[in-house]
Amino acid sequence: MALSLSGLILPKLIQQRAFSVSAAVAAIQKLTRVRVVDNSALGNVHHHRPPKVIHIYTKNGIGKVGDRVLLAIKGQKKKALIVGHKMPGARMTPRFDSNNVVLIEENGNPTGTRIKTPIPTHLRKMEGEYSKLLAIAQRFV
Amino acid sequence: MAAVCTSRTRQMMGLLRILRNFSQNERLLSTSVLRHNVASDGPPKFTPPSKPVIIDKTQKEASLRRFLSPEFIPPRQRTNPVKFSIERKDMIQRRKVLNIPEFYAGSILAVTMTDPHVNGNLNRFVGICIQRSGKGLGATFILRNVVDGQGVEICYELYSPRMRKIEVLKLEKRLDDNLMYLRDALPEYSTFNFDMQPVHYEITGDVPVNLLKVKMRPKPWSKRWERPKFNIKGIRFDLCLTPEMMEHAQKWAEPWRPYDMLKEYDTSSLEEHIFKEVHENLRK
Repeated sequence: MALSLSGLILPKLIQQRAFSVSAAVAAIQKLTRVRVVDNSALGNVHHHRPPKVIHIYTKNGIGKVGDRVLLAIKGQKKKALIVGHKMPGARMTPRFDSNNVVLIEENGNPTGTRIKTPIPTHLRKMEGEYSKLLAIAQRFV
Repeated sequence: MAAVCTSRTRQMMGLLRILRNFSQNERLLSTSVLRHNVASDGPPKFTPPSKPVIIDKTQKEASLRRFLSPEFIPPRQRTNPVKFSIERKDMIQRRKVLNIPEFYAGSILAVTMTDPHVNGNLNRFVGICIQRSGKGLGATFILRNVVDGQGVEICYELYSPRMRKIEVLKLEKRLDDNLMYLRDALPEYSTFNFDMQPVHYEITGDVPVNLLKVKMRPKPWSKRWERPKFNIKGIRFDLCLTPEMMEHAQKWAEPWRPYDMLKEYDTSSLEEHIFKEVHENLRK
């Protein structure tokens, strides 16, 4: 996870201190492997490589719940919405054991027809944009 | 059924019997109170005896379990103790409004909190408490459950105004204080039904300890739980690690830690003092 270069390049003084010089720990960033949780064909057919994030549509390259991302699935590019990540977020919000993502079209409509895994309730804030996605979600946590 | 219940019912029956006998004797003697009834018509109507006020003298204060929530104990810091006493006042004020029951890491809780994004404004979650951390008003606890095959953890703040109700469905302790290893254990150990009914627990005596040893998923784990710094007793290491790996983990043992005098923090006298203060103020 966190790369520590302290042992290799930096001088002995910093070796004694042993702090790591890795990038900021982020929820979902480029090349994160994600899990598609809707019942779309693209997300559920087994491919020899897991779907990976190749671009995040935010100002910083860090994706949290409710951010749009670009995935590489089965050799094609597809937009998706993050619905849960492993990194702990705000205090009363849920933290999931896997980085969950729902496939989406250009206009914001979901590709699948049902989402079985639980979705955090604070996603309801984006009622206007992703109302169809919230409608197909079966469980809110 | 608990022994408490039967002794109480025995007391009630005894008292009722005495009162009933007394009322029957009164009828035979026909005192002034009952002359009105006799004057109207026939035998007087049976007036049930007034409900006796049961003062439970069998269970003294001393036998009730003394529990001080861990967030009351201030950490050893270079801050003014006035800060901790002011915070304690606020915590007691909040506890007068919301009942925060006694629970430990390993107990199963159901928490209801207000959520503006839900229809009825209330959001209920059931899970096992895997960690209690934080001191003072920022005290938190993490509940874990596996919902529809997805592991979910929510970190709740005990004193947040959004908390509506905290109920303990099953009060028990586990072999460790911190059950973060449940993330790497088989999902069956973290699944709890949302419609679970509360299990009766005693308010006297010791908290039941669940000696369950959990089976883990294959390595790699999120943390190297076999290392002595975590000091975990609740994992079945014999099923997932070889004795050589256990020995290799012992290389990270720090045998000087229990003898480190600078890390000593004796909270016994502080706990007594704070316990008395909290219970006095809560009763007011």
